[in-house]
Amino acid sequence: MEWVAIIALCCGGGFVVVAVFLIALYNRLVVLRNRVKNAWSQIDVQLRRRYDLIPNLVETVKGYAKHESATLEAVIKARQVAVDATGVAAQGAAENMLTSTLRSLFAVAEAYPELKANQNFMMLQEELSGTESKIAYARQFYNDSVMSYNTGIESFPANLVAGILGFQAAEYFEIEEAAKEPVKVQF
Amino acid sequence: MLVTGFVLFVLLLSWIFDEAAGTGGLLTFCGFALALFGGFTSYWYSDKLVLGMSRARPVARETEPYIVNTVEALAIAAGLPVPACYIIEDPAPNAFATGRDPRHAAIALTRGLVTKMDRLELEGVIAHELAHIQNFDTRLQMLTAVLAGTVAYISEWFARSMIWGGIDEDNGGNVVFAVIGLVLAIVAPFAAVVMQMSISRKREFLADASAAVLTRYPDGLAGALRKIAADTTPLRVANRATESLYIFNPLKDRNKGIDGLFNTHPPIEERIRRLEAM
Repeated sequence: MEWVAIIALCCGGGFVVVAVFLIALYNRLVVLRNRVKNAWSQIDVQLRRRYDLIPNLVETVKGYAKHESATLEAVIKARQVAVDATGVAAQGAAENMLTSTLRSLFAVAEAYPELKANQNFMMLQEELSGTESKIAYARQFYNDSVMSYNTGIESFPANLVAGILGFQAAEYFEIEEAAKEPVKVQF
Repeated sequence: MLVTGFVLFVLLLSWIFDEAAGTGGLLTFCGFALALFGGFTSYWYSDKLVLGMSRARPVARETEPYIVNTVEALAIAAGLPVPACYIIEDPAPNAFATGRDPRHAAIALTRGLVTKMDRLELEGVIAHELAHIQNFDTRLQMLTAVLAGTVAYISEWFARSMIWGGIDEDNGGNVVFAVIGLVLAIVAPFAAVVMQMSISRKREFLADASAAVLTRYPDGLAGALRKIAADTTPLRVANRATESLYIFNPLKDRNKGIDGLFNTHPPIEERIRRLEAM
C-alpha cells in the first residue's frame, strides 16, 4: 500500500506547485494590465485638462485678433472632434489634428504684440504647451506599459492561459511623432 | 555589493580599534550605535536638512508654472509620484534630488538652471534627477554618507584615546594592533570617502542613461551638461557635504590626478560622450 501513498503525495505536490505557479502568473498579468489602465487614465486626465484650457484661449485670442476667425473655428472644431472620439486609434488621430491647429493658432498670435504680452495669454500658452508635453510623456508611459503587458501575455507559458483567463492584447496609442524641437514660425 | 563591503569595512575597522585599545567591544558598539543613529535620523530628516542647507524654497504652481509643468511631465513619463519642487535662488546652473523613496522625494533646481536651459535641456536635467529617485540613489547616497561619517568619527575617537590614554595592556590592549590601528585611523577616513565617491560616480552614469531613456532624447541632457560645464558661476550654497548630490560638481575645483579619486562625479566629457553614443 505504500506506493499508493507515494504516488498520491507526488500528485498532490505537483498539483500545489502548478497551482502556485498559475497564481503567480495570473497576478503578474493583472499587475501589468492595471498599469496599462492606470497609464491610460493619466493620458485621459491630461487630455481633459487641454480641452478645458482651449475655450479660455480662444476667448482671449478673440479679443485681440478679430481677423483670425478661421483659425479659431478650426481649433474649436478640432477640440470637439477630439472630445467625441472613442477608441484608442480615433483618439490618436483627433489629438494629432488638435495639436496642429493649436500650433497654427500660436503661430498666428505671433503677429499680435499686444496679445503676446497679455498675461492671461502667456499663462494659457505655458499651460497648453506644458499639458502637451505631459500628454506626450503620458503616451510614452502608456505605450511602454502596453509593450510590457503585451509581451507578458504573448510570452510562453503565459500565452497558453492568457486567452482562457480573459487577457487581451492592449492597443498602442499611436500618434504622428512631432519633431522634438521648438516650433519654428515662418511668415 | 559596494555598500555591503562598506559596512564590513566599518565593522572590521571598529574591531581592530577595539583590539588595539583593549576596550573590549566598546568601540564596535559605539560605531554601530552611531551608524544606526545616523542612519535613522538621516532616513527621516536628511531631505529637509539638505534643502535647508541649500536655502531651497518650495515652488508655487501659480508663480512658476513652467517648472511645475516640466517636473510633472517627467514624473508622468517615469510613472513616479510628482516630487516636491524647490528652487534655489542662485545664478549657477545646477540641480539635485533628495528623499528616502519616490513617495518622499524632492527636486531642487537653481534659478540659473531654469533661466539658462531651454525646455529640452531642463527636461534632461530633471529626468536625470528623477532617475536618481527611481533608482533609490538618494537613499544610497545618504547611507554612504552616514558610513563615511561614522568611519571619520571612530577613527578620530581612537586616535585621541591613543594620544591621551596610551595602550591599556592590562585590559588586553595589543601593541601590534595599536600600530595597525593608528595607521588605519589615519588612512581609513580617506578610504571611506574614496569608497563613497566611487559609489556616487557609478550612479551618475546610470542616471544619465535612465534620463536618456525617459526623455528619448539624450541630446537634451548632453546639451545641458555642456552648458553647465562651460558656466563658470560658482554655486554659493554648495559645500563639501552637499557637492555629491548635484548633477554636476558645483565646486568645480578638483578634477585631475590624485584628486580624481575624491571626485563625486565622472568627468563631464565622458558623460557627454556616452550620451552622444546612445
